[in-house]
Amino acid sequence: MITDSDDQKYKLFTRRAGLIAGGMMVLTSGLLGRLYYLQVVGQSQYKLLADRNRISLRLLAPQRGKILDRSGYDLAINRTDYRVNIIPEEADNVEETLEALNAILPISARQKARILKAVKRQRAFLPVIVAENLDWETFARVNINIPDLPGIQPDMGITRYYPEKDLLAHIVGYVSSVNKNEIGEDPLLELPGFKIGKNGMERVLDKRLRGKAGNSRVEVNVMGRMIRELSRNDSVPGETLKLTIDRDIQKFTADRVRDESAAVVVMDIHSGEILSLTSTPAFDPNDFNLGISHKKYDALLNDVRKPLTNKAVQGEYPPGSTFKMIVALAALEAGVIDEHEEVFCNSKYEIGNTIKHCWKREGHGHVAMVEAIAASCDVYFYEIAGRVGIDRIHDMAARFGLGRKFGIDIPGEKSGLNPSKGWKLSRRGVRWKGGDTANVGIGQGDVLMTPLQLCVMIARLVNGGKAVMPKILFPKKNLREDEEGFEPEAPPETIAFDRRNMAIILKSMAAVINSPIGVAYAQRMRDKTMSFGGKTGSAQVRRITQAERDVRVRKNEEKPWIERDHALFVGYGPLENPRYAVSVIVEHGGGGSTKAAPICKDVLTYIFEQEKKQQQGANV
Amino acid sequence: MMAGRLQGRRQSKSVFQKLSELNIFIVVVVIMIAMVGFVLLYSVAGGSVDPWAKRQIIRFVIGMFGMVVIAVIDIRVWMFLAYPFYFLSLILLIIVSVMGQTGMGATRWINLGFMNLQPSELMKIALILALARYYHCMTKEESGQYRRLIVPILLIAAPVALVVMQPDLGTSLLIIAGGVAILFCGGARLWLFIVGLMAIIPTAIGAWSFMKPYQQDRVLTFLNPERDPLGAGYHSIQAKIAVGSGGVYGKGFIQGSQSQLNFLPEKQTDFIFTVLAEEFGLMGGVMLLGLYMILLAYALIVCMSVRSQFGRLLSFGMAVTFFLYMFINIAMNLGMVPVVGVPLPLVSYGGSAMLTLLVGIGFVLCAAIHRDTTISRGGAFA
Repeated sequence: MITDSDDQKYKLFTRRAGLIAGGMMVLTSGLLGRLYYLQVVGQSQYKLLADRNRISLRLLAPQRGKILDRSGYDLAINRTDYRVNIIPEEADNVEETLEALNAILPISARQKARILKAVKRQRAFLPVIVAENLDWETFARVNINIPDLPGIQPDMGITRYYPEKDLLAHIVGYVSSVNKNEIGEDPLLELPGFKIGKNGMERVLDKRLRGKAGNSRVEVNVMGRMIRELSRNDSVPGETLKLTIDRDIQKFTADRVRDESAAVVVMDIHSGEILSLTSTPAFDPNDFNLGISHKKYDALLNDVRKPLTNKAVQGEYPPGSTFKMIVALAALEAGVIDEHEEVFCNSKYEIGNTIKHCWKREGHGHVAMVEAIAASCDVYFYEIAGRVGIDRIHDMAARFGLGRKFGIDIPGEKSGLNPSKGWKLSRRGVRWKGGDTANVGIGQGDVLMTPLQLCVMIARLVNGGKAVMPKILFPKKNLREDEEGFEPEAPPETIAFDRRNMAIILKSMAAVINSPIGVAYAQRMRDKTMSFGGKTGSAQVRRITQAERDVRVRKNEEKPWIERDHALFVGYGPLENPRYAVSVIVEHGGGGSTKAAPICKDVLTYIFEQEKKQQQGANV
Repeated sequence: MMAGRLQGRRQSKSVFQKLSELNIFIVVVVIMIAMVGFVLLYSVAGGSVDPWAKRQIIRFVIGMFGMVVIAVIDIRVWMFLAYPFYFLSLILLIIVSVMGQTGMGATRWINLGFMNLQPSELMKIALILALARYYHCMTKEESGQYRRLIVPILLIAAPVALVVMQPDLGTSLLIIAGGVAILFCGGARLWLFIVGLMAIIPTAIGAWSFMKPYQQDRVLTFLNPERDPLGAGYHSIQAKIAVGSGGVYGKGFIQGSQSQLNFLPEKQTDFIFTVLAEEFGLMGGVMLLGLYMILLAYALIVCMSVRSQFGRLLSFGMAVTFFLYMFINIAMNLGMVPVVGVPLPLVSYGGSAMLTLLVGIGFVLCAAIHRDTTISRGGAFA
């Protein structure tokens, strides 16, 4: 039963409900309008924002180029290594897991601190390296115990490895983690775990070895975790570098001088290719790869024999008597003396108000050039150095490579010191004196040379006067003249001098070894095809005082090691049509003829024997 | 009076008759809306019925059963139970305030063992029932009297005070809006509402002082989402990016980068509409809105055609509640209103809200089945 009042009530309801329904429709169309605005009008803009959210660009590290010797033997390679990572988010408690791991794989407090620091800094799903370069047994033991090590992830990575260990440490160098101040334009350097060259060729040619980073566009979620790869630009591996070094010769040389503090350089006299460049003692570059311990590093740093220094290019020594060929050639070219003119040696030579001595106390008597070089008479050279003068000696030494860097691809190359009047005045503030010239005449005094310079000097003396440049790296291969990056090999310049004078020098150097008057006659080879020539030298480390001379000049063996003379030898072989130049320096080794010459002899003998073997092999 | 009662008796039908009168089309629409929810929950889980879709289906089946039961029970029974139900809900609300479980920094639930009961959800239904009954028993003149406003305002204010204390801003707004809508259609003076609308600003300032810092933050970042793109504005910005990048046709099922890669917050509950908009685009969004409109239109048609004022107010109240859920949630997803905890009806993951809404639809269906039942002003069985 519907009353009037009820009817009115219903009408009111219908009116007002209709009003609200209308309001609902307005609001709903507002929603539709907004939906249209966002999804149709704003679609492209929001799509961009969504992509920016989801896509992340990741760098792909390129594989570092290998370094090979001239025959293709591996000198620096990339090796798979076994490592153990921890993924913090998978570990209930990182410290507990490390504690548990400690039983299998000892972790030092320092390592632990480093790991915990990295764990705090990184996102929880990114692995932190716990230990690298594990041996297989340890790695296997970690793997077996994985159930008890929450968060631990055994992993295999790539590490730089130097299979020859300390053999080429100074040449090849090593890689290590990037320092903060080394981070530059290449974003690769900011990749965690990325390593760059820190020494040797690894450092000098780092850019060529490094390669180009690739990238991968990956879809990531809100935490930055990778979901899948969308596209990929593979990285370009670094260049493979081929050295002129012959691993076998290098090995023989290094073994020969292993117990000495020495440097040996072996070079092809025509091409300048360095076959061996040894500096002992050395170090194992693999230690540096993995992060060397302080103790080990301090030991290397504090060793008096300086294992970290590449003596072959960084060591500067007085050349001693090995410099006499330069003085002799300068004198011959200047015409101040000829092959036959004799100088009388009574072991004393007066210059100004000082007396210079010859190494032979009883003197050499009358000597002409060949004997003066072969018997290494000092008085003869005091005399002719005085006659020719420092300017002409300086010029001649410069033509043989003294006082300059060759720009070889090894860091730290030194230029030696080729003294001159101007140099002394500007550097020391003192005028050049006759005594200075006499000192330079026997390779003492101010003149300093590196073993590499010694080797280049002897090579230029015996290759017919070509200013050959040393090189340790083969130029880029497979490049024709019309291709980009081709660099024509400039033929070495010619050093202008009289062929007859050259022949006198060669005859003299042959006599050092092969004539009874020579100081190194004991080192001669009976086999003519294997015979060699050269020049000995002994570089005084400490001046012999007049007081000592009055009593008795001590023999080298009687002095402390650090005060003994450096033993030097520059050699070439074979005698007929020479091909190889060798320089040897044994620090505080004593006499050049007894200590350095035998090394040269053994190295050349090894090379000749290897050549013979190869020829026989070829003939068979 | 006798005639009315007789008429009522004459019209009472058997359960099977009532079931046959159940609007199958509307039931199908409800199922379709819920299925949109299942599909989205399956997608959000990366293509898996766990952890959400399966449980949601089970709850929905239970809720549907409850909805049908409510629909076939005589509407006079519901009118009789309106006040007891209201007071039960109020007591439960008081209990939660005293010893409820704490979740998300707000006290909202009572653990019944098999499910977490949210008394504020119960209250939304109970308040509408109570107010509908109150205005049913009044003539038009009475409902216009000011003293008759005291009871309904108390009925609204008591639960709102408790819910605000929880604090649950979204639910209290929903309760107020639902209650006020019934007052409006029940016959309270029009100027009261005009003045009320104008009083919103001072009320808003009052509400501001009641808000917890995170709620104030949400309002502030709503006004300027770029204020702190990685902090409080994050939800709004990421939701807009998701919706906008969906375009007209969407990115495809389980292909939404924003939702699949976790850039969307609370994507299975309050922000599930963004998943729909991202993966199915404008088409998907409009389709869901269309389904909601059908349901709403049905409820509004029902409330116009029911004979009893109780039935009209009841189904109208349910329609308003449903609309408010839908509007606030979608508007929030589209960055039109601040982020408040209001789920998308029948689609968002969660038991309490789904139950509330199915019960509400159950009452609309009940009113429809009993549209010819007249109830005297004195009460159901008076």
